[in-house]
Amino acid sequence: MTGRVVIVGAGACGGTVAVMLRTIGFEGSLTLVGDEALAPYERPPLSKAALTGDDAPPPSTIHHEDRLAELGVDFVGGAPAVAIDRVAREVELKGGRRVGYDRLVLATGARPRPLPVPGGDSALMLRTVADAHALRDALAPGTRVGIIGGGFIGLEVAASAVSRGCDVTVVELAPSVMGRVVPRELAGAMAARHGAAGVRLRCGVGVDRIEAAGDRWRVVLDDGASVACDVVLAGVGALPNTDLAQAAGLAIDNGIATDATLATSDPTIFAAGDCCSFPHPLYGGQRLRLEAWRNALDQAEAVAHNVLGAVEPYARVPWFWTDQYELSLYMAGLPQAASREVLRERTDGVVLRLGLDDSGRLVSASALAEGTVAVKDLRLAERLIAARAHPERGELADPGISLKGLLSA
Amino acid sequence: MANWIEACGVDDVEEEDVVPFAHEGHRYAIYRSPEGGFYATDGVCTHEHTLLADGLVMGHIIECPKHNGRFDYRTGEGKSAPITIDLVTYPVKVEGGSVYVDVG
Repeated sequence: MTGRVVIVGAGACGGTVAVMLRTIGFEGSLTLVGDEALAPYERPPLSKAALTGDDAPPPSTIHHEDRLAELGVDFVGGAPAVAIDRVAREVELKGGRRVGYDRLVLATGARPRPLPVPGGDSALMLRTVADAHALRDALAPGTRVGIIGGGFIGLEVAASAVSRGCDVTVVELAPSVMGRVVPRELAGAMAARHGAAGVRLRCGVGVDRIEAAGDRWRVVLDDGASVACDVVLAGVGALPNTDLAQAAGLAIDNGIATDATLATSDPTIFAAGDCCSFPHPLYGGQRLRLEAWRNALDQAEAVAHNVLGAVEPYARVPWFWTDQYELSLYMAGLPQAASREVLRERTDGVVLRLGLDDSGRLVSASALAEGTVAVKDLRLAERLIAARAHPERGELADPGISLKGLLSA
Repeated sequence: MANWIEACGVDDVEEEDVVPFAHEGHRYAIYRSPEGGFYATDGVCTHEHTLLADGLVMGHIIECPKHNGRFDYRTGEGKSAPITIDLVTYPVKVEGGSVYVDVG
């Protein structure tokens, strides 16, 4: 196919859409537009290695500028898209440049949710390399770090900060950390690991306000207590970047709403990655929005094919991980779709939690273990989930029966 | 000059699977193909520092457990993003129920 494809958003997702389009033979003009000046880079290290190294590491680039140029991708960095003209089929960039498209891909990502309390704007947030460098510079040994939000970002930063010798307090409104999606037992085990590292976790309490106290901060909690901090980080979730799509009149539903092929309500415009909500065929068409590295890349691949005329529903099994200390939590599928759990206790002590729905179909698998030791089994479980398998509970629980065997059964 | 080192027993690796092996501080991954052939590569992914022996073997492909980069473990050839550098492979022989790797 020839013609013009424009991709708005040059993160992992948008960059991968561009490269994938060339890989599968698109020969038309291809423009990749990003808010940040940098070529697409990895965000997962920003809460980990980017904070813990002796020196601030350079961004971990995914698609280098020279590689993009070689592929005939016109990368326009530092140029936020400000409007979509769906009649003229043009994207307007800040500064007034207009770029015409035949197919448009929105990979606009998400942004940190602002902390909605008085003084909340004094909290740092973490999304970009620039954010990570600012945070890293603030994390000297002995620095008192207050982290608002015990989700993935907050806990990853807590682990990084305490490893730098900071004095870390995490405040979480919910009764436990990582509360929304992670199985309770795994969240509890990770919380215990933080406690052992010296991180103070204050769960079940909200933040009332953040007050300046000289050149420091005082985080005042709902229960009247306060936490004195040198640095405050807010990690209270992310908001999909939908403004551009909404202003253009596209359907929005907890993100830029797409159909199963990732097409928006305008069939010439697609969306992918953190910004998009889509009906998932494996979960009864339930509309999901996934903020995850793997989803960003998988949807990039899928959307590239569909932009070129394939009409393939996106049905990959959700896959997520977080690394904190030496531990990694991996989740395949949707734990919240499960009504019961089968534990598979391996001889090496790793426990896989396998979630079944009411019909006995495998819908999720998760584990907390050192590094990547649980991944082989979880990838097999992921394949069972994709195959809509209804494994026998006894076989699932028996580590002597290989998951690979169940897959071919 | 060949430098054959015993890595594991034949029965230590299931068909279509991989196990780790370390020798003098270097990490290797030892594979057994679905047809029963043995192969060896460097044990760490060429993308980021991840142990391939924790990855899934499907057919002749090893998939990195962290970022899903794929290699043909028989040749070391990178097969998918984010892999840009092929894996180093090592000669393997089987003698007396053991798998030997020529670590060079």
